Amino acid sequence: MLGLLRLFGARRPPGRLLLSAVGIALGVALGYGVHLVNRAAVRDVAAAVRSVAGEADLEVRGGRSGFAEEVYARIARLPDVAVASPVLELDAGVAGTERTLRVIGLDILRAAQLQPQLVMEDRYELLAPDKVFLSAAAAEALKLGKGDVLRLAVGQKTVELQVAGALSASSLRGVAALTDIATAQWRLDRLGELNRIDLRVTGNREDVREAIQALLPPGVHVTAVETLEEASAYPSRAYRVNLNVLAMVALFTGGFLVFSAQALEVTRRRGEHALLRVLGLKRAELSSLVLLEAGFLGALGSLAGLVLGYAFAAAAVRASGGDLGAGMFRGISAELDVSLAFAFLYLLAGIAVSLGGAVLPALDAARAAPARALKAGDEQAMFRRLAPAWPGLALIAAGMALSQLGPVAGLPLFGYASIGCLLLGAVALMPRISQLVFDLVPLPRTPHFVLALSQLRAAPGQAAISLAAIVASFSLMAAMAIMVASFRQSVDDWLDVVLPADLYFRTTQAGDTGYLEPGFEGRVRELPQVERADFLRTARIVLDPARPALSLIARDRAEKAFPMIGERVPGNVWISEAVADVYGYRAGQKLEMPLGGKNFSFVISGLFRDYARQHGAILMDRADYIALTGDRRTSDAALWLAPGTTVAQAMDALRALPGGGQLDIGEPGEIRALSLQIFDRSFAVTYAMEAVAVLVGLFGLSSSLGAMVLARRREFGVLRHLGLTRRQIGAMLAVEGGLLAFLGAAAGFAAGAAISLVLVYVVNRQSFNWSIELHVPWSLLSIFFATLVLLAVLTALLSGREAMGMGPVRAVREDW
Amino acid sequence: MRRRDFLKLVPLLGASFARAEKVDYPIVTPGRVFAFPRDHGAHLEYRVEWWYVTGWLDTGLGFQITFFRARPEEASENPSSFNPRQVLFAHAALSDPARGRLQHDQRAARAGLSLAHVELERTGVWIDDWRLELEGNWYRARIPARDFDLDLSFSATPVVLQGERGFSRKGHRPEEASYYYSRPHMNVVGRLNGRDMTGTAWLDHEWSSAYLAPEATGWDWAGINLADGRALMAFRMRDKAGGTHYAPPGVSLRRLRTWKSPRTGVEYPVSMQLNDLRLEPLMDDQELDSRASTGTIYWEGAVRAFEGASEVGRGYLELTGYWKPMKL
Repeated sequence: MLGLLRLFGARRPPGRLLLSAVGIALGVALGYGVHLVNRAAVRDVAAAVRSVAGEADLEVRGGRSGFAEEVYARIARLPDVAVASPVLELDAGVAGTERTLRVIGLDILRAAQLQPQLVMEDRYELLAPDKVFLSAAAAEALKLGKGDVLRLAVGQKTVELQVAGALSASSLRGVAALTDIATAQWRLDRLGELNRIDLRVTGNREDVREAIQALLPPGVHVTAVETLEEASAYPSRAYRVNLNVLAMVALFTGGFLVFSAQALEVTRRRGEHALLRVLGLKRAELSSLVLLEAGFLGALGSLAGLVLGYAFAAAAVRASGGDLGAGMFRGISAELDVSLAFAFLYLLAGIAVSLGGAVLPALDAARAAPARALKAGDEQAMFRRLAPAWPGLALIAAGMALSQLGPVAGLPLFGYASIGCLLLGAVALMPRISQLVFDLVPLPRTPHFVLALSQLRAAPGQAAISLAAIVASFSLMAAMAIMVASFRQSVDDWLDVVLPADLYFRTTQAGDTGYLEPGFEGRVRELPQVERADFLRTARIVLDPARPALSLIARDRAEKAFPMIGERVPGNVWISEAVADVYGYRAGQKLEMPLGGKNFSFVISGLFRDYARQHGAILMDRADYIALTGDRRTSDAALWLAPGTTVAQAMDALRALPGGGQLDIGEPGEIRALSLQIFDRSFAVTYAMEAVAVLVGLFGLSSSLGAMVLARRREFGVLRHLGLTRRQIGAMLAVEGGLLAFLGAAAGFAAGAAISLVLVYVVNRQSFNWSIELHVPWSLLSIFFATLVLLAVLTALLSGREAMGMGPVRAVREDW
Repeated sequence: MRRRDFLKLVPLLGASFARAEKVDYPIVTPGRVFAFPRDHGAHLEYRVEWWYVTGWLDTGLGFQITFFRARPEEASENPSSFNPRQVLFAHAALSDPARGRLQHDQRAARAGLSLAHVELERTGVWIDDWRLELEGNWYRARIPARDFDLDLSFSATPVVLQGERGFSRKGHRPEEASYYYSRPHMNVVGRLNGRDMTGTAWLDHEWSSAYLAPEATGWDWAGINLADGRALMAFRMRDKAGGTHYAPPGVSLRRLRTWKSPRTGVEYPVSMQLNDLRLEPLMDDQELDSRASTGTIYWEGAVRAFEGASEVGRGYLELTGYWKPMKL
């Protein structure tokens, strides 16, 4: 059988089939690459939790504000607690830079019992005052070595610590520093406070956990380390699933490519196949011959894809870390971990997609009656039948129904299914639609136009194959473009609302240790250049230890700070959409929240839109916050300038204040530009993957159009005999290609718009828990549209020239 | 500008970088008059201090319970309750010939938050649930270790001041010395893993600021309860070549047989000739790996003392600095 394949395959131009293998390769490469990167990132985050926890069973966590150290003493004395290791862990700003450094203050004498990797010979140097050990990554990033001085921003002051050495990545991961707990408490201004305790316990773990929980103040939780490991990967889950789905889309488009290539191959080789049948090959054997070839192509493409995917993942991780630039896993250095099982899985997926694409053509090859197929002009037989309309309609209906369902375990699985149904439905309906449309178009007078249209009308099936490729790729492209543009525009609009002031400033770093001292606030308000100032304090709140912490924003004039959505009732806190989605809160409901170690009850006044804090935020008026906690510290401020004051004057005045030199001052324009830049960077991978999907789609278009034209060589011969010039035939082909591409792109746009609605209102909402407004990037889509049509015309012309290269006499004589 | 004026300016310059201060440890001098019970308690100003109980149970097992106190070299004014002004360590080991090697466990903690503490007016030191206390005429040790559980009481026998009335020279420089007293022949009653036990023990309480001369790498020490009611303590500080750097007058320690640890490759003279006594270990492998707490590996083992062929006493032999030079 393989011998036969080789015999017949030898005569064939290899380019087109190779192209379909390339399509599969790209799909597999993306899928496998994304898988590798995700795996590395998730493993790394979990390992970071594990490495920090060491041999601990339970962990007490108290968020950023922590809890009193007496809690530690009480827990350590419990009879079932074998080891209790107190930790104060904060993100501190590195003075003079934008960086933050995770500073882990621990008692090495206790920690060494849980984290054997910390038992290094010079560990007791940590007991000396004001010493830090830097992780290898931190030492490299900050360019500091043993004996150097590390400067941290604490409040509006700078604290200097001496670097005692660097730790290997196996001892301390990420960009971090280890210091003594006493040094951390004192230098980071947290005397008497801890925010973590690692515990090893004996006896029934759940009983011990409950006994410990009973000792903890509100807002502090004790959790099994495994739960934390699972939770660590949670924040990025929706993002990772989205990437995986994108990769699957690319692979799926690759499958289309195989379908179109194989379908046209089968047509072209109808004679060959008929001859094989006459020579005694059975139907089933003929089908398997076609499938075998597709499988071989699939395997070839998949293997290449695996190699390419690995290279892609290695490059991506090196360039932007395990989060692919999305900022999800800060300070973590991922390493690729290749598992043969998954490589094999992706290999199989590639082959399966390739085989799936070849099933219809294979069946068709076998179905043809040999005697008829041997005759010339029978190539169109396959395309003459029209698929019934109901499967396409049913798929679209299913897609619409699926889009109405809620998330599964926080993931928009039905949303993805809905997109798949809409896409397949649109493709399945294409033959019907193309026939309908081309029948409606009036026949023009020019002969080659007439010919082009008649061809499209007479062979709707064949046109459908090219159309499938165009619709699939253009709809995905349009959907993604609309989704990203909607998101970007929404962020832009949101920035307008949240940045109304003339000037903003904050402590230099975003870490836990930077804050503006209460006295500073008064000095700012008294400046003659400042008409009004709103100050802001943020904190972290844990409502559920299995989920990432929420942000608490206490702001002057809180109500005006964010765009509010939906109904509003009298109340004293506002929640972001994420809090509403994840925790099920609604306006008017009560919300119990721990503040400074005490539980308070609030009434939710309404929902606000927040693109900055994905895990959710709770907003309250700063006056209420101060009344409840007595905490007057702030981290950010927005200033409205007095009439006649320039921004530069105000900046100078701020810098001249005591402590003003450490401020990070920005104009709204700068902040907006920076925010959008971060937005674009986090979508870089999405853009890249979209580009690959489109590329695969364009391959499909040109290969199927090209094949279609080549298959009609004899027809061109006849037309030449009838007196048409090469130019006229070329024009005819160009019109055909153009019309096809136009219809495909138009249908693709319609399907894409529908898919983008699912992306915007279902997938995005369920993945990220925030709403965005639909915004269609008309100009970008028009450019895509025009490019596609142009490319189609160009491909048709080039293929036509190749097809007419042999001269009319030979072309007709080839009819045997 | 005078230095003090300059220091006042430091906070104003925006940087708070309190220089860690080097601690001035008091020097051990001859002629100290010991005052008990105060001197049973801790002497926090000195660099190191230990309470060392070694002994034999009548079932033929050896045991060692030690609490160490160390005052770090650099101090800071840090008001944090975690400020490590005093660091406590504890070792406990059981020598059971049926097992052929030590069972041991260790603790380490900074004093504070009432989780680890050392008392001043009497012997009283604890780290979590490990403790050693002097109550009336009895010491009590509670050591719930990983592999065994010791709950022993020791009769507080009369104090024996070592060296020159409690001033024990350790090197050739005047400050290289310790304050040192022992209580030999203590009766042991209590429980090992819940089973009643009796035996005989030895207590050392020693504190110093310069225990080990810079030229010395470690020491050999022995404390033997002789069957005739007398007791013998001897030590020598070794130099880098393995010879004697310093030994009290009249003490001669000579190696008879060595044993090489299969785990660390360190070779210890487990059998020694101490003047006219031959010391033979209860078992060869009594190596103690305390890298997780005090950061060293040493040999601390139960020994029998022979005069000719007859056993005349039992006690403990300590061999330090054979792995790497000792650091205190």
